[in-house]
Amino acid sequence: MFDSVLKLKTTYSKEVLGMRVTKFLVIIAVLFSFTVMADAGTLEDVKTRGKLNCIVSSGLAGFASPDEKGNWQGFDVDFCRAVAAAVLGSGDKVKFVPTTNKTRFTQLNAGEGDILFRNTTETLSRDADLKLTFLPVNYYDGQGFLIRKSLGVTSATQLAGASVCIQTGTTTELNLADYFRANKMKYEPVNTETNEESIVAYESKRCDVYTTDASALASTRAALKKPSDHVILPEIISKEPLGGAVRHGDDRWADIGKWVVNALIIAEEMGITQKNVKELAKKSGNNPGMNRFLGTEGSMGEMLGLDKKWAVNAISAVGNYGEIFERHLGPKTPLALERGLNASWKAGGILYAAPIR
Amino acid sequence: MDWLFLDAAFTGGSRDECSAKAGGACWAVIGERLNLFTYGFYPVAERWRVNLSLVLLIFTLFPILFEKAPYRKYALHIAVAFPFVTAWLLVGGLGLTPVETDQFGGFMLTLVIGITGIGFSLPIGILLALGRQSKLPAIQIFSIGFIEFIRGVPLITLLFVASTMLNYFLPPGVTFDLLLRVLIMVTLFASAYMAEVIRGGLQAIPKGQFEAADSMGLRYWSAMRLIVLPQAMKISIPGIVNTFIGLYKDTTLVIIIGLLDPLGIGRASLADTRWTGLSTEVYLFVAIFFFISCFGMARYSQHLENKLETDHKR
Amino acid sequence: MDPIASLSRLWRDEHSRSVIIQILAVVLIFGLFAYLVRNAIVNLEAIGKGFSFGYLQEPASYDINQHLIEYTSRSTHFRAMLVGILNTLLVAVSGIALATVLGFSLGVLRLSKNLLANRLAHIYIDYVRNVPVLLHILLVYGIIVNTLPVPREAQSLGDIAFLTNRGLFLPKPIFEPLFLVILGLFAAGIVFTIWFRRYAADIQRKTGEHYPVFWISLGAVLGIPVISYFLIGGPITFEIPALTGFNFSGGMVIRPEFTALWIALSLYTAAFIAEIVRAGIISVNYGQTEASLALGINHGRTLNLVVIPQALRVIVPPLTSQYLNLAKNSSLAIAIGYMDIVATIGGITLNQTGREMECMIIVLLLYLSLSLLISFAMNIYNKRIRLVER
Repeated sequence: MFDSVLKLKTTYSKEVLGMRVTKFLVIIAVLFSFTVMADAGTLEDVKTRGKLNCIVSSGLAGFASPDEKGNWQGFDVDFCRAVAAAVLGSGDKVKFVPTTNKTRFTQLNAGEGDILFRNTTETLSRDADLKLTFLPVNYYDGQGFLIRKSLGVTSATQLAGASVCIQTGTTTELNLADYFRANKMKYEPVNTETNEESIVAYESKRCDVYTTDASALASTRAALKKPSDHVILPEIISKEPLGGAVRHGDDRWADIGKWVVNALIIAEEMGITQKNVKELAKKSGNNPGMNRFLGTEGSMGEMLGLDKKWAVNAISAVGNYGEIFERHLGPKTPLALERGLNASWKAGGILYAAPIR
Repeated sequence: MDWLFLDAAFTGGSRDECSAKAGGACWAVIGERLNLFTYGFYPVAERWRVNLSLVLLIFTLFPILFEKAPYRKYALHIAVAFPFVTAWLLVGGLGLTPVETDQFGGFMLTLVIGITGIGFSLPIGILLALGRQSKLPAIQIFSIGFIEFIRGVPLITLLFVASTMLNYFLPPGVTFDLLLRVLIMVTLFASAYMAEVIRGGLQAIPKGQFEAADSMGLRYWSAMRLIVLPQAMKISIPGIVNTFIGLYKDTTLVIIIGLLDPLGIGRASLADTRWTGLSTEVYLFVAIFFFISCFGMARYSQHLENKLETDHKR
Repeated sequence: MDPIASLSRLWRDEHSRSVIIQILAVVLIFGLFAYLVRNAIVNLEAIGKGFSFGYLQEPASYDINQHLIEYTSRSTHFRAMLVGILNTLLVAVSGIALATVLGFSLGVLRLSKNLLANRLAHIYIDYVRNVPVLLHILLVYGIIVNTLPVPREAQSLGDIAFLTNRGLFLPKPIFEPLFLVILGLFAAGIVFTIWFRRYAADIQRKTGEHYPVFWISLGAVLGIPVISYFLIGGPITFEIPALTGFNFSGGMVIRPEFTALWIALSLYTAAFIAEIVRAGIISVNYGQTEASLALGINHGRTLNLVVIPQALRVIVPPLTSQYLNLAKNSSLAIAIGYMDIVATIGGITLNQTGREMECMIIVLLLYLSLSLLISFAMNIYNKRIRLVER
């Protein structure tokens, strides 16, 4: 007994004292923490850091999800890459911050991300009360309903008494409550945290209907066992203009986000693609608008506090809006979404970006 | 059982390919993503660093856990050096390519959180336990307040505070890495529980031991260090291991704030259009992982308990 | 005298040293606290957010599926919080009840001489204890939702109750005013029983005479109310659930989210309670049982009067912390969408209003009060069963 006490003494005696604990903590904190002074403005922060922190979804097929190598892929992800390319010159200088519906705004406000691209609906209260500044809409969406064909429902007005799967912390949750109340119908909300959980609940028939943005419904339907057994109801019960967002109070940074999104849309209008952008940018041509865009004329980049070639960098990193759409959401992908409202205004859609001038 | 093995498909590129092959479970999703489950998004070229850290961990734990290890004399030195070496290995810098902590994931993340939590909560827990037993009312009140507050709220609310609110409490402009914040919260959480386990050990020490230490003219810290704590720690070892098992299991909760531990990787995989709907396979796989590691630790704790019991009888 | 020498003298004196250390500690901790609060105020101001609880009075605008009190999407956030609190309490209380029953049974099984029962209990306990509770919840929920039938193919239980993956639909009792009489009788029965038990114990102490306490209590608490229920003519009618459209309507429903959380938490906690109970019973020296039997006290009364009171002293303190764990683990409800405190005020409300600070403070305070409440109740119980030292 006695000698085992002595033996233990040598093992523990030194560990006990507080000094070592504090020393540990301090050194580990220095090793781990990346303490940044943010007073200088987001643009300077991003430039000194050499990386853009971009808030994305933790997993929504087509918009943002990691592949088996851990590379982030998707529509929203490409917008992050475009901003990174415009600011830092390379589309790979992004750190993706995956968030749930619930944590996305708090993480943006807490400074964990510089910019948010997370299929987020622009609303008045989010703009004014949550202190966000929204970038131009990059996807026009609306809330719809996905339901099994075998239930024989053809309209959302026949949904009285149904169990409805929704993701918490979204505008769809509020729209749903309003819609059923306005139509004097009852329903049972089945709350889930993520799209994946909703799919699981829907597939196991915990709910009859799944409601979310129509784009996400399309991706969900495509992922089901037999997509043809399911139908998206014709009613679109809300407007869901999805766009990126930044924190209130840094107008310069908001401008950069805004014009990168606009540039991607304008590039499609002008026929500038990932393939031809480098070629076009070599010398200035006869089209002044295109010259301004490509940085061969004027000083648009400098006005934003960026490089002359900001738009060229963005396009060569991810392509124009149409290319991004085709790559992640278009007919060749499992989501098979039509351009619809999201076609350029010249092609019957409502994508209409302010000019770079 | 048939579903698990006989009818299961072990290879395939998607869920459809699986179901074309066999009607049972589709383990191909695990096979394809095994690396992701193990390393998270840690860069492929740098994964040797994770492997090396694991080897170091085993090397460090061996002399602590088993008395017969040849180099047991140096156990303490190794244990002190270990956190620095691994932190350097994993995070990088000083000659190694830096790796952002958000690329940590999978089982590796579980281990990082678990080991850090236990390593740092032990000394803090000892201080808190001594504080709670202290004769100085102010110290005692603070210790009790801290311990009872932490023990009174669920870990996920603390993690949520770490992920959403902690930055508000730091000076303007200063931000902390998310993983670091989680590590701090988990450590604080575990140290409150650790303090209670050690307090149990302290209370079991007969009063005579304290009095004897006093009568020998030992100062408070010397008495604690030389007489009381060695005995108290010995009694508390099974409780400490149990606290560790609890903490280790609780690391799964970090998915709620968006860190990708094995469960989180599993959920992210399920969002891949090729693999949706395979939740049972994924959850079962993670459950087996946890069962094996926790059961191992529980067995070790029992082994210790038995050993200590014979000590007392002697 | 020079100041350094007088300071070192102050330090050497045990009493003044302890005062100095304490003052330092108080200053340090309050200073840190003030610093954190100041930072929070500065930061909140910088992004233009105030700190107020006014939002609690605004309409919540979202629906909650399980509400024990009246609630619609027009109710306030405050009411949504109340709904969340009640849901947490519901699952915590029913979880504690089930976990206790299961845990005690498993603990006794672990001591059973029947090898099969013993081994099975052991395997079960080992499995459950070593897998995270979050996984248990997800698995149980998955099993319930995937194996039970959809409403249109509901499993009918005698045509009054229906089992589906949307929940167990039960007939809902509707009370008529006369039912109050029965409730009154029931309450009177309980009061009588408490008095009678004391009286009987008193008599036994004085004269050694036994009353059939159990049967008399049962008659008073249950017998008289049940008989009068039928005499009055059954003042309860039942509303039976019926399949209309997608779901059953009418009646009561126990939702799978609740069931999964309840079962998973109870099974998990029961495994820990079983080990505590086993250790408690083992801790009672077998000589106690032998002595009691030798005095001619029968087996049942030996267990009741000798073994269990002594075992309880060992069992109750760790049991308390298991109850606390269960209550706190109920916050994992969020993983399966059960609308508890974290999901309502700490989830949807936080998210829709953006008031992280206020919402999280409320959530932390609520859990603290719940924990204190459980500790308080168990401490009172612990005091009652404590060994009275003379």
